Amino acid sequence: MNQPALQKVPAPFDVMAVRREFPILARRVHGKPLAYLDNGASAQRPAAVIAAVDDYERHHHANIHRGVHTLSQEATALYEGARDRLVRFINARSRHEIIFVRGTTEAINLVAQSYARPLLAPGDEVLITYLEHHANIVPWQMLCAQTGAKLKAAPMDARGEIHLESVEALMSPRTRLLACAHVSNALGTVLPVRRLVGAARSRGIVSLIDGAQAVPHLPVDVQELGCDFYAFSGHKMFGPTGIGVLYGREALLERMPPWQGGGDMILEVRIEQSSYNGLPYKFEAGTPNISGAIGLGAAVDFMQSLDQPAVHAHEQALLDHATRTLGKIDGLRIIGTASDKASLVSFIVAGVHPHDLGTILDEDGIAIRTGHHCAMPVMEFFKVPATARASFAFYNTCEEIDRLAAAIGRARAMFG
Amino acid sequence: MELDDLYRDVILDHNRRPRNFGPLEPADSSVDGFNPLCGDRITLRLKLAGDEIADIRFEGQGCAISTASASLMTEAVKGRSRAEALALFERVHRLLTDDAAPSDELGKLAALSGVRAYPARVKCASLCWHTLVSALQAPHTGALPPVSTE
Repeated sequence: MNQPALQKVPAPFDVMAVRREFPILARRVHGKPLAYLDNGASAQRPAAVIAAVDDYERHHHANIHRGVHTLSQEATALYEGARDRLVRFINARSRHEIIFVRGTTEAINLVAQSYARPLLAPGDEVLITYLEHHANIVPWQMLCAQTGAKLKAAPMDARGEIHLESVEALMSPRTRLLACAHVSNALGTVLPVRRLVGAARSRGIVSLIDGAQAVPHLPVDVQELGCDFYAFSGHKMFGPTGIGVLYGREALLERMPPWQGGGDMILEVRIEQSSYNGLPYKFEAGTPNISGAIGLGAAVDFMQSLDQPAVHAHEQALLDHATRTLGKIDGLRIIGTASDKASLVSFIVAGVHPHDLGTILDEDGIAIRTGHHCAMPVMEFFKVPATARASFAFYNTCEEIDRLAAAIGRARAMFG
Repeated sequence: MELDDLYRDVILDHNRRPRNFGPLEPADSSVDGFNPLCGDRITLRLKLAGDEIADIRFEGQGCAISTASASLMTEAVKGRSRAEALALFERVHRLLTDDAAPSDELGKLAALSGVRAYPARVKCASLCWHTLVSALQAPHTGALPPVSTE
């Protein structure tokens, strides 16, 4: 019998079982159970990721590619196996489209320098939005200084939303590239990326999506999004630091010159000149972060082992609970109230500076981030020097949010 | 409890009602302090009478630690000579970074001793003091890059 309504109800999410997969969540801070609400800065690793890295370090480490001995072949198989997992994770067309980099920042710089720099002429334009992380602003400013191109930024509204029309309004015949976040790290806004990319493509504008804050929260299908480049970091999706991915459409990557020269990215080197290796190795000069890539592959396996609709429902429940609970606190103002938000809440509390709040919460074992979140134009827009940000992962609980609210109440009493 | 040691009543009071807060025109020396990572900003203005700090006021925005530290500092150095103010800076610097017990000369400034248990917050307490040193060492008005303790 057909029961479409029932099929949409996600299975109950066993958050305590998931928490047990993350050893660090058992620790105490200042004698209190850790409430880790700083996932937007870096998420924690499950035991499976720690074990994959440990196993590699103990049993398989050697340099990859070209080695004929057993360890080198095992290391190569593990490293390239991780790449295969990432192909499936974001539905790339082939392994040629997955470049391992240090993280989102390096991925964006690679595109700026290898794709855009040779292409841009004085008067050309690069289009970003107002809510970008500094990593999706500064590489373009540097590029513009190098090429004479101009940087334009599409505005957001008072809720922190980016509208298709305001981005389209800034697209001109000189626009060469659209670079925007999938999810805002400072506000949580989910951008209408598919429509933005579509608008860019219909005008012949190449698009890069900063997916650092999206991959931990949303299923990402780069073919469905239609973007040309997609960048993300391992450590925000429960993998290690120092590893990330640049996805690029193969036809574009083929045409791009290498970014860095060195070992592994060449076919043949003569003193006069060298010929370059094919994709993806052309962009992976030098010995890469092998253990990081293997850990990231394990993180993909872990995420895919979870019931995605249940995870998403749990994260939205956390967001709803936080919005409701924090919203009731006198003098608390939530910054960023987009209708489509990932699971994070940025806020300020009247009379309590975010840094004092951060210190007071830490005393209660609650980890949040305070400051400008590497998004100073966002702070300027909302006319605040800094905010406090609680950013959730699927292993967080409503009880942790209640502890956060109670501690904010205590801070208000202290400073009132 | 360490938190009560950090946010002592004196600190909370000076954060709530900062002393010597506001503009000072004309000033003999005006120096900005800015910690870009946390966003704390201070503008410190001094009037000098020979070697003496005749008046001192500050403006800006920051956390309770940086605001209270600046407020306490202006109270402590007003009417003092340049050398006395610099000596006080040295004592406060030691207070924030050493384990030594606060000396009697510090008076109310001893309330800042709770900060040293919070290494991430030392830069908040010390921003105004480094700004003061800059203002005293070479009196000037604007045009210099802001002082930072990050």
